[in-house]
Amino acid sequence: MKIVVQTEPFDLTAEVVALYRDHPGVGAVASFLGIARDRSDGEEVARMTLEHYPGMTERALAQIVDEARARWDLIDVTVIHRVGELRPTDPIVLVAVAAAHRGEAFAACAFIMDYLKTRAPFWKKERTAAGERWVDARESDDLAAARWTERKAQG
Amino acid sequence: MKVRLLYFARLREAFGTGQEAAELPAGVATLGDLLDWLRARGGVWAEQLAPGRAYRTAVNQDMAGPEVRLQEDDEVAIFPPVTGG
Repeated sequence: MKIVVQTEPFDLTAEVVALYRDHPGVGAVASFLGIARDRSDGEEVARMTLEHYPGMTERALAQIVDEARARWDLIDVTVIHRVGELRPTDPIVLVAVAAAHRGEAFAACAFIMDYLKTRAPFWKKERTAAGERWVDARESDDLAAARWTERKAQG
Repeated sequence: MKVRLLYFARLREAFGTGQEAAELPAGVATLGDLLDWLRARGGVWAEQLAPGRAYRTAVNQDMAGPEVRLQEDDEVAIFPPVTGG
């Protein structure tokens, strides 16, 4: 398991390869790449700054990955989240999940992203032509995370 | 009781500081009591922490609700709903 918060870019290919190279039991790696966009709520975004809570961030991400590993049979997981100043087309976050089969890998990857969006202490501030603004949390993200609780309850 | 308070993002900017060491008066026993104590400062404190405003709280780096009892040297963080990813 690799959980990193960093300002530097990351190498997508190297991170994915590292998940299966030494694990012959891996049959699937699902990866999600979150990227900084040039538009938000109809306005052009020139750049953004990502702030986080050092210590709690890593702890929250580790708890999310532990919960994913308790739900699905996973072989390895990598989460890398960038902080600091980012511009449109810059990758922000990578979640990559290795498992024997694609079902577990796809599901766990989506689960980790949904929980990361609502539980990991990161905050985005955007710079637009009108000035700087903190991004508001979205209800759709809460709903996306809540569906995993419902699924668990349904058994 | 002495605690360390941390503020992030919009709240850090509104309060004009990212952290402070606070000596809590007797009677401030829970996180909810602490929030009341901060609101009593008035101004931006009362405004940003008003009931109905969206913010989250953590004690020692775990999400925590107002019922949580505080201990000496706890790290208490107050921040807006998260927007990473």
